[in-house]
Amino acid sequence: MAEPKPLSREEYAASRLQHHFVSMAQQRDASTLAMWVFLVTEILFFGGFFLTYTVYRWQDPVGFAHASQHMDIVLGTVNTAVLIISSLTMAMAVHSAATGRRKALLGYLSLTILLGFAFLGIKAVEYTDHIEHHLFPGPSFHFPGPDKPAAQMFFSLYFGMTGLHALHMIIGIGIVGTLLVMAWRGRFTPEYHSPIEVTGLYWHFVDIVWIFLFPLLYLIGRHLK
Amino acid sequence: MRGDFPLFPDSASTIASQVDHLYFYLLAVSGFFSVLIAVLVIVFAIKFRRRSETDLPPTIHGSMLLEVVWSVIPLGIALSFFVWGAKIYFRMNRPPDDSLQVYVVAKQWMWKLQHADGTREINELHVPLGRPVELKMTSEDVIHSFFVPAFRIKKDVVPGRYSTVWFQATKPGRYHLFCTQYCGTNHAKMVGWVDVLEPIDYQNWLAGGGGSGSLAAAGAALFQQHACNSCHRPDSQARGPNLEGLFGKTVNLSNGRTVVADESYIRESILNPTAKIVQGFQPLMPTYQGLISEEGVLELIAYIRSLSHPNPAAGTEMLPPTNRMPAPIRPGLEPGGRPDESRPAEERERKP
Amino acid sequence: MSAELTPPRLDETPPRASYLTAGYGVKSWLLTRDHKRIALLYLASITFFFFLGGLFALLIRLELLTPEGDLVQPETYNKLFTMHGIVMVFFFLIPSIPAVLGNFFIPMMIGAKDLAFPRLNLLSWYIYMIGGLFTLWAVVHGGVDTGWTFYAPFSTVSSSSHVIPAALGIFITGFSSILTGLNFIVTIHTMRAPGMTWFRLPLFVWSHYATSLIFVLGTPVIAVTILLVALERVLHLGFFDPALGGDPVLFQHLFWFYSHPAVYIMVLPAMGVVSEIVPTFARKSVFGYRFVAYASVAIAVLGFLVWGHHMFVSGQSVYAGLFFSLLSFCVAIPSAVKVFNWTATMYKGSISWRTPMLYAFGFVGLFTIGGLTGLFLATLGVDVHVHDTYFIIAHFHYIMVGGAIMGYLGGIHYWWPKMSGKMYPEGLAKFAAFVVFVGFNLTFFPQFIVGYLGMPRRYHSYPPEFQVLNVMSTAGASILGFGYVLPLAYLFWSMRYGKDASSNPWGATGLEWRTPSPPPTENFPVTPVVDWEPYEYRPKTEVAAVG
Repeated sequence: MAEPKPLSREEYAASRLQHHFVSMAQQRDASTLAMWVFLVTEILFFGGFFLTYTVYRWQDPVGFAHASQHMDIVLGTVNTAVLIISSLTMAMAVHSAATGRRKALLGYLSLTILLGFAFLGIKAVEYTDHIEHHLFPGPSFHFPGPDKPAAQMFFSLYFGMTGLHALHMIIGIGIVGTLLVMAWRGRFTPEYHSPIEVTGLYWHFVDIVWIFLFPLLYLIGRHLK
Repeated sequence: MRGDFPLFPDSASTIASQVDHLYFYLLAVSGFFSVLIAVLVIVFAIKFRRRSETDLPPTIHGSMLLEVVWSVIPLGIALSFFVWGAKIYFRMNRPPDDSLQVYVVAKQWMWKLQHADGTREINELHVPLGRPVELKMTSEDVIHSFFVPAFRIKKDVVPGRYSTVWFQATKPGRYHLFCTQYCGTNHAKMVGWVDVLEPIDYQNWLAGGGGSGSLAAAGAALFQQHACNSCHRPDSQARGPNLEGLFGKTVNLSNGRTVVADESYIRESILNPTAKIVQGFQPLMPTYQGLISEEGVLELIAYIRSLSHPNPAAGTEMLPPTNRMPAPIRPGLEPGGRPDESRPAEERERKP
Repeated sequence: MSAELTPPRLDETPPRASYLTAGYGVKSWLLTRDHKRIALLYLASITFFFFLGGLFALLIRLELLTPEGDLVQPETYNKLFTMHGIVMVFFFLIPSIPAVLGNFFIPMMIGAKDLAFPRLNLLSWYIYMIGGLFTLWAVVHGGVDTGWTFYAPFSTVSSSSHVIPAALGIFITGFSSILTGLNFIVTIHTMRAPGMTWFRLPLFVWSHYATSLIFVLGTPVIAVTILLVALERVLHLGFFDPALGGDPVLFQHLFWFYSHPAVYIMVLPAMGVVSEIVPTFARKSVFGYRFVAYASVAIAVLGFLVWGHHMFVSGQSVYAGLFFSLLSFCVAIPSAVKVFNWTATMYKGSISWRTPMLYAFGFVGLFTIGGLTGLFLATLGVDVHVHDTYFIIAHFHYIMVGGAIMGYLGGIHYWWPKMSGKMYPEGLAKFAAFVVFVGFNLTFFPQFIVGYLGMPRRYHSYPPEFQVLNVMSTAGASILGFGYVLPLAYLFWSMRYGKDASSNPWGATGLEWRTPSPPPTENFPVTPVVDWEPYEYRPKTEVAAVG
């Protein structure tokens, strides 16, 4: 039903212009802007957690610092590195798509997915460790010393914030997986690769959230050791 | 259906008339602008009604001058509301120092009120005319709100903290007390009365009460019962801070911060003792959460307060003599309130 | 100019392929990506929720006919007002104008073929419906009794009703709002026809742009707040319950950070509708176009900074109270500017008393009262007395029913010829508008008085001296209910029996009136090029309008 006026039929087929857009540029602008707007939404979504964190840490900074000492700094640091590298591979994937190197694209997308799983795996180890040490809030929560209430709040926030972050990672891996399949089928060209571009934006955003979570959750008690 | 059909609430506190004056000012301004807009719309709609389908009215794009005028003038008027309203709000939040203290514990779905002399009431509060009364309120479960329309005061009663509201009644009578923060099934039944008595009637009412000693005395008994004094003592063997003269002072904490020793701080120190450790002490104190009720905590606070005020102006034991009270503001000689509600005999009876 | 203004006369012959006849069968509707069909899907669903919420309101008013709580049990009453609030706010008012009229007309007004993301648009509707089903499940299985505000710790600890499914329904529906807002923002930025500059946009589009900003910035905060409530209720993570170390007032901050701007989500689109109706039926350019446009954005931005005025008696610091009070007065100014500009637009106009214009008159009057009584609530000393009484109930119903629903009904009548291709019966419609106006005022004006007397909201029973005013209110509500059923009946009737509508029955200037009624699926046979200013009436328009 759409008449692709400004483009010839071959170009249209190649470039996957949707019927209601006038040009490829318009379509790309729309999807990029949409992802930015979505990320603003995401900032506000995490913002609720960050605000709650701020309020309760303000109420008992020492308790939070003590609770933070029960985090495994090595695993946290490794995970931070894993995520930063995954951002690099994602950026390389976007670059490969823009320059039309299909093999490199497939490789970088696969690497990104692997690193994503590595992050989740390490996170799972940490969660198991915390739960075994009765650090999951609730009736079985156990924390030695006077900081139990603050520690319980800290771990409520820890599980809430990292859980939400992990959910975003899982969704991200799902999307990158879909892109991998599409790339395998040769759906992307240098003219048309905005799905990879906007997914890249999303992936970097999820990494940046972690860059905030890491110091707030892992590092605030270091100076007390 | 009842015969009386009020359109305006009783005004029975010092704040009430101030709120009403501002309310009338707001009503006048709102009335003026509502009528202005309505008249303009109706007049334009009639005067400029479409007379022919080929009418083509002149093009008017707007006027900077008008836009400025109708932004700045309303802003100016709004600021006058703001300043006036803020003044009253500050007064509402600053209880006078010589206020009578009443402690309020709210729970689903009743009001428990305790006077300083130990008299307890449920869903009914007796207060003297012409004397400021300060309520320290907390909740055992969810958020409630203490509202007396005739006094124009309201304050949420939040679990886990103390909130304060005060009033000074100006008219004897019996006034509605409502819970205005939705609190569950019988929210609408969490209502009661505030009885404003002439000072002499109030004295009689207090004297006839079953008050088994002052709140502070009850707190002292509780203090002994839980052996608090084995640690909190004035000598060198004390493992806990000395409580004498503590109330209202600034305390240095082990984390370098300071805190004012008010009701909320004492409450927290009893129920969650390790949250704030006083400098020079170890976190040894066990929690009394579940061992001491909200009323018990209030009694302990009254006791600790009494350690700082040996001769309390706030009337821990007895009211000051009547002649020292501020002159009651009485608009007329009639008892006020609704006719069926001045019942001095019944007022001496106490609810359990 | 004149050539474009004379629309193709497709309305006299059976339409070639309007969006209504482009496909038949359930599948062609449920899998459609046409923004106009999705708008109609929304129209059907929000109409259902509106009458469901209205039924709850009717039962509430019947209970309040007598002071004793004698019609229903207290638990039932609490569930009634909770479900009334949840259904009306989240499932009717928030999606009403944006998802129906905005969805239908934003692409047409800017000269686009569709929204930027048609599939996302359809997905929004499905998300909305899934959220609605969760909430309906909660209703059918016994309801929820927390009040639509879900205040902690009552909602997280004390209530034993179906809090989780109801909250989940709102959580899910929130994503529908976010996606709709995102779609509108991107569409307005990237899809405007050649010549359609920002200051040629109809004010309806401006107000939806402002609304979308709130959708995108506010909704995630309520989502995360609900998530925290659910975590506390299910996993006992203590975010708000003081017994678990939380702070119940923090919940109120987070809740109102969204829910106050949500009020503007409800009323800004209605302001947009009025900004279309008034110039059309006054046949005159909007007075102070740029001021009205900027006022929408100013309301959206300032609206995010006033949430604390819901908490003047919560025990927050008096200085916070000062701050929020001052800003609340500031947000009133752009609203006042709009009212003055609409009134000035009528000056020296050629005013036609058609039904949409009657609703616009009603909107201006009732919104003025609603806005001015909002000043009472922003005034610290007075708010302490009227907070959580019927005064508040009356105030926000003047904004949401007197404002938003008046605007919605005005908009439905105004664009009905375009949406359905049929004219509604004018006489009956005028009568209905009159009934709604009278019924509304009789319902809610007495509540100002009973509120200042001190009657608290959410009361199942009340002292007998408040009865006379409550009886008036209930009487008004039954008139209002009748007024709402009338349009439902005659609009249905008109779909079959109404007169065919021309492409531009009102002689309006917007792009949506320069294409057949009902429009073809692609909206415009050729992409329009805009070379005129908004609401520009020229002599030729007259000819087109009459013809």
